[in-house]
Amino acid sequence: MRINRIKEKAMQGVFFLTAITSIAAVVLICIFLFYNGIPAIAEIGILDFVGGQKWAPTNEPASYGILCMIVGSVYVTAGAIIIGVPIGILTAVFLARFCPPALYKILKPATELLAGVPSIVYGFFGLMVIVPFIRDNIGGNGPSLLAASIVLGIMILPTIIGVSESAIRAVPESYYEGSLALGATRERSVFKAILPASKSGILAGVVLGIGRAIGETMAVILIAGNQVQIPSSITDGVRTLTANIVLEMGYSTGLHRQALIATGVVLFVFILLITLSMQAIKSRSEKNG
Amino acid sequence: MADAINEKQSEIKAINKIAFSQRLKEYKRKPLSLVMYLIVVLAAALSIFALVFLIVYILVMGVPHLTPDLFAWEYNSDNVSCMPAIINTIIITLLTLLIAVPFGIGAAIYLAEYAKRGNKLVKVIRTMAETLSGIPSIVYGLFGMLCFVTAFQWGYSVLAGAFTLSIMVLPTIMRTTEEALIAVPDSYREGSYGLGAGKLRTIVKTILPSAVPGILAGVILAIGRIVGETAALIYTAGSTTGLVDGVMSSGRTLAIHMYMLANEGLHTDQAWGTAVVLLVLVLGINTLSSFIAKKLSSKK
Repeated sequence: MRINRIKEKAMQGVFFLTAITSIAAVVLICIFLFYNGIPAIAEIGILDFVGGQKWAPTNEPASYGILCMIVGSVYVTAGAIIIGVPIGILTAVFLARFCPPALYKILKPATELLAGVPSIVYGFFGLMVIVPFIRDNIGGNGPSLLAASIVLGIMILPTIIGVSESAIRAVPESYYEGSLALGATRERSVFKAILPASKSGILAGVVLGIGRAIGETMAVILIAGNQVQIPSSITDGVRTLTANIVLEMGYSTGLHRQALIATGVVLFVFILLITLSMQAIKSRSEKNG
Repeated sequence: MADAINEKQSEIKAINKIAFSQRLKEYKRKPLSLVMYLIVVLAAALSIFALVFLIVYILVMGVPHLTPDLFAWEYNSDNVSCMPAIINTIIITLLTLLIAVPFGIGAAIYLAEYAKRGNKLVKVIRTMAETLSGIPSIVYGLFGMLCFVTAFQWGYSVLAGAFTLSIMVLPTIMRTTEEALIAVPDSYREGSYGLGAGKLRTIVKTILPSAVPGILAGVILAIGRIVGETAALIYTAGSTTGLVDGVMSSGRTLAIHMYMLANEGLHTDQAWGTAVVLLVLVLGINTLSSFIAKKLSSKK
């Protein structure tokens, strides 16, 4: 009997320990990133680092300004949102309200499946199809802000569609019926009664999409051109924070390497802010609903 | 789940059965509604087209390049075989699961069976797991490089890659396992307690076995993520060609191999072939996962 009690307690302890690994993991990631990145930021100076437009780590004297990369990440993400969000939400509306059940049985698993396509495959597709298309028909070299926005826009579609659809489905049917009873058409009822009610769920999907787009690395490297510049047109190349890390980490040493890790810190802070706002949206919608 | 949705849809139809001619009349009065309807259909068609086009295009371009050379056992710069990369991927996947599955299941058991409702610590654990699932893979890669490769002095190695990936897939396994555990009816627990079993025995002998399909679906989902991962591996497991020899040696997985081919741009044909292999592998794994999950929900 006593051995059993000890075993029970011991295993409860083991389960508890495994449960706190996720806390330990986040703490470890923070410690390692900040410990290796903050000294570099301090040495370069936070304003020169975040606000500097010149990234020339191999020059003498070297300059480490990542403003171009921050702008690049923001532009690429904004482009992906402009392309992916309207189409994604409208597709979710179609799936939730207008889709014939027979078609739904095919489309729903298809969109779910596509969420799993590896990002490198999206990147390769962009490199072989979208980049040449832009070069031949729109102008520029091909690898560009536009190419990255299109590919990332397609990439975040499944996320946006999935989250938005379940948000739309969560709206009580009585909203729709009430609107119909007042004489509105089906479309008007969907857009004026159901969509506003599912606002916070859809917003959560958009924020999730932003997180995916800003953190995307390998696909972007292949198609964004990677020039360190603030793009003046959508066919110009850009370099994102993520691309900066992967492109130069292989051969960097000393302060250069630390500056790349600090680039990761900036990215990490962006992501933490997105995660926080995501949780704020969630807790607010829980309170309201 | 799908049945419930279908039922709901047929219910809606029963309430709002409008004849086609009636609808046409309505659209004549409210042309804006017709425009909105067309926009919705157009957007849906566009996104389905984009996604289908992507897959079909890769299959059409890649399948002709699936030559026996591409699957040769030995890698050299002529055949750019992806076989060693496939085997490396399997090794890294197994190693990652070996680390992540016990931790993920243990954590889920604690959250679902032991933790009391409203416990502050549980809230923190959930928040942290959510934070983990939002961190982009390149940040995991950086962390893995700083922690396992540099601080632990493992160098670029399969082991460092597997540890990095196991942190990455931990939230996936935790969440799906917890859902599977919660879905086990309370009567199972009561029955087991009633027969005199303790908590541990109840969990191991009753709850876990009936939650296996759900856990399996989550694990397979995690495998899909591992196989498709690039950014977290490039500076932890490295990109050495050829078969790994031991867990401390560096080796490229199939996804990394794909990235290298695409980036070098020298072997376009083989890159298309490799893209097909990778795509089919990941989509197959994910289909298997959702198939198991569906089977589970239809049983109930």
